[in-house]
Amino acid sequence: MGFPTKNKGAILSRIATNDQHGENSEYFDGWKAYDKDPFHLSRNPHGIIQMGLAENQLCLDLIKDWVKENPKASICTLEGVHQFSDIANFQDYHGLKKFRQAIANFMGKARGGRVTFDPERVVMSGGATGANETIMFCLADPGDVFLIPSPYYAAFDRDLRWRTGVEIIPVPCSSSNNFKLTVEAVDWAYKKAQESNKKVKGLILTNPSNPLGTMLDKDTLTNLVRFVTRKNIHLVVDEIYAATVFAGGDFVSVAEVVNDVDISEVNVDLIHIVYSLSKDMGLPGFRVGIVYSYNDSVVSCARKMSSFGLVSSQTQLMLASMLSDDRFVDNFLMESSRRLGIRHKVFTTGLEKADISCLTSNAGLFAWMDLRHLLRDRNSFESEIELWHIIIDKVKLNVSPGSSFRCTEPGWFRVCFANMDDDTLHVALGRIQDFVSKNNNKIVEQISENDQVIQNNNAKKQNWRQSNLRLSFRRLYEDGLSSPGIMSPHSPLLRA
Amino acid sequence: MVLLSRKATCNSHGQDSSYFLGWEEYEKNPYDVIKNPQGIIQMGLAENQLCFDLLESWLEQNTDVACFKRAGQSIFRELALFQDYHGLSSFKNALADFMSENRGNRVSFDSNNLVLTAGATSANETLMFCLADPGDAFLLPTPYYPGFDRDLKWRTGVEIVPIQCSSTNGFCITKLALEEAYEQAKKLNLNVKGILITNPSNPLGTTTTQTELNILFDFITKNKNIHLVSDEIYSGTIFNSSEFVSVMEILKNNQLENTDVLNRVHIVYSLSKDLGLPGFRVGAIYSNDKDVISAATKMSSFGLVSSQTQHLLSSLLSDKKFTENYLRENQKRLKNRQRKLVLGLEAIGIKCLKSNAGLFCWVDMRPLLSSKTFEAEKDLWKKIVYEVKLNISPGSSCHCEEPGWFRVCFANMSEETLKLALKRLKKFVDDGNSKRSCQKSESQKLKGSRKKTMSNVSNWVFRLSFHDREAEER
Repeated sequence: MGFPTKNKGAILSRIATNDQHGENSEYFDGWKAYDKDPFHLSRNPHGIIQMGLAENQLCLDLIKDWVKENPKASICTLEGVHQFSDIANFQDYHGLKKFRQAIANFMGKARGGRVTFDPERVVMSGGATGANETIMFCLADPGDVFLIPSPYYAAFDRDLRWRTGVEIIPVPCSSSNNFKLTVEAVDWAYKKAQESNKKVKGLILTNPSNPLGTMLDKDTLTNLVRFVTRKNIHLVVDEIYAATVFAGGDFVSVAEVVNDVDISEVNVDLIHIVYSLSKDMGLPGFRVGIVYSYNDSVVSCARKMSSFGLVSSQTQLMLASMLSDDRFVDNFLMESSRRLGIRHKVFTTGLEKADISCLTSNAGLFAWMDLRHLLRDRNSFESEIELWHIIIDKVKLNVSPGSSFRCTEPGWFRVCFANMDDDTLHVALGRIQDFVSKNNNKIVEQISENDQVIQNNNAKKQNWRQSNLRLSFRRLYEDGLSSPGIMSPHSPLLRA
Repeated sequence: MVLLSRKATCNSHGQDSSYFLGWEEYEKNPYDVIKNPQGIIQMGLAENQLCFDLLESWLEQNTDVACFKRAGQSIFRELALFQDYHGLSSFKNALADFMSENRGNRVSFDSNNLVLTAGATSANETLMFCLADPGDAFLLPTPYYPGFDRDLKWRTGVEIVPIQCSSTNGFCITKLALEEAYEQAKKLNLNVKGILITNPSNPLGTTTTQTELNILFDFITKNKNIHLVSDEIYSGTIFNSSEFVSVMEILKNNQLENTDVLNRVHIVYSLSKDLGLPGFRVGAIYSNDKDVISAATKMSSFGLVSSQTQHLLSSLLSDKKFTENYLRENQKRLKNRQRKLVLGLEAIGIKCLKSNAGLFCWVDMRPLLSSKTFEAEKDLWKKIVYEVKLNISPGSSCHCEEPGWFRVCFANMSEETLKLALKRLKKFVDDGNSKRSCQKSESQKLKGSRKKTMSNVSNWVFRLSFHDREAEER
């Protein structure tokens, strides 16, 4: 997808012709392989299992049942069609009042009722993707900097930077302290940026973390709030995984810190939350993103910008009803947490049988898997990519290599476990266990044997680039999960 | 005060603070036939509310396909998870076909060249991001939709340079005006990347003529770096299909399909006006340039169409019997409604620009101005809001070069309400003479009440912008 000719560049914009959307990375190989050979329990049991997709498919049955039992929440049912014209006509960028109230209600419950959210501060956006871009447009000018702990969700390179011109500088976290973010590390990155004459506008982080699946403890979060207040820079917390906590205590939202910390230590005008229903509820298709800010001007600005990505009024109506149903919400949150916990335990226990450990985590839809011991060279990202190719070609799993999340240490992989059924997970674990037991100590040999495979892959990659294969940055489900059909490659940069 | 971005603190999202008055007054005192018959009638909202019954009856007969079902099977899960930015192919195919139908099937659209966006608002902004760099300019004929100041310029940094159109020739684009705009841009050191037209026009309600299209195409054929964007959001509101010429037809008829011009012509579309579904946020970009499609598709991540909505509309638009009947009936009702407004105004002695499309009329109130100034236009507008109790849109908000023109919407209310609006206007005009003699003292009174209201403006200026009612100016 390069645009080599200078002429072309003059006709289209710089943004349209640069690579800052991040989709030209080599990581498409995994997606391409999956696309050509997608696993299906009965129809293609030897296909590649998709474990690079951070989706929450565990509780869709609960939502589906609710929709069935609540026909009035839909404009397409006989019970609900009388609302059609009002809803179809409604495009006020404040959003349906009932929708905002329901979202505020859900957000509060997802945080155990320890905080409440003001519906007047709930601003819509086109998914969290839209929310993150919008908050950058509100807070930073082209050339300004936001600090971001790494490893981080790879699509932030696009969402935060592409059209905004904002620069992101990582605050590297390392395995030496279990990838914990510390204020010292942020301070160090802040000073370094300042020394290079960069204008740091804020810090953005995902909590619970993607790809780590860990949560910030209250002390650290509180100290971060104090830090940004002292430096007069913004703090944006993407809490998209707030309700995916399944163990290890409660999730501490920055909203809780804002409530609890001394008023002299926090400037609330600096605190902003990004949220979405794509992970907690498993509804990425409905495009529900939220910007929640304690800064009135930001609320106002973000609301005007929401014109570029409002939530469909049809969807607002349905969710307004669903998320106001306290009985449903309470049960959903409890059940979702329970199912995720079980799934996580089954997966990590299964990995342990193969002597594979993961970073201890208690949230998220994935595990941060430690495969450093399988690398040919523990200091080389080339080794990581080689191992990744083996995992795709030999173990037949599509997982996401740590380098795609800008991890500074080779050998870590994000593996998703909530986007498949139990049987598929079982197959995946079986494959891993088989592979490891057969190939203990032989990984190094395996890698050199696969050099040829890798070379071939590189050649294929070249051809593929020139071909007309459609690349999907999002997963493509062609009219039905049941028919494999043509499934396009799916970028590991994808959040969902 | 914490430092926000320049975009957050500037005013280039296009809010015209004086414009709030109309909205504020309407909000405070909205007309309701039963509850508030003396209230202000909203005529500043370009919405199409004339055919909801057709949509509702389709829904009632098709609950099976409309909601999360296909061929009787639940597809809830698939839709819940579907976020592919290529869009639901069944929806795109149906949309492409619908666009062709709108053009009397004189051209066909390839769904692979279609990018779905969150409304035309997003489509227009996305195209700017794709075609222009900050500081580049697009030429737009005036008067134009006020929302373009936000959609095209705000976050993109693109500038708009107007192509001045005047009432002397029915506000048509002339070669001279186009060239003057181009020169003006050069004087301002702006690199012109394209021309953007709305066809049919908002606020004029007229289709772009063959002559105008020839002028535009000659220009972009000669100037090889310049794009032509045609916002055809009102294409389904034409009273007579044969009078609409889409830019896609010009490409075909003038045999430009094998030239570089093909890649520089793009269409924006939406279902907000034709189908009256602004709440669903369905917009589209159509382009023959693969690179534009590629970039725009990636950008659509920032505003995808809800999968639930894509599915509903895919079923709706695939029903050819429905779409055929809808387009025909919609045209008929719009035409009738427009006639009622035009004749009603004529009876009062007020003329409109002759129009053949749209959800509004471009009304000539120059004879009612106390002077040929924009000040006088503002005064007249305020009288119409406060005294006549109609919220209509002054031409200055659409960047019209001549004072005295107003956009008056007719499709967002019942026939009875329209009759009442005309009655009120008639009274105002008939009383005109006696009013004009007391005008001086009246305007002083108004200034007093305006001062009071203006201080309230700052209190709610962020709560109620003219974008509050999204459709408002379209």
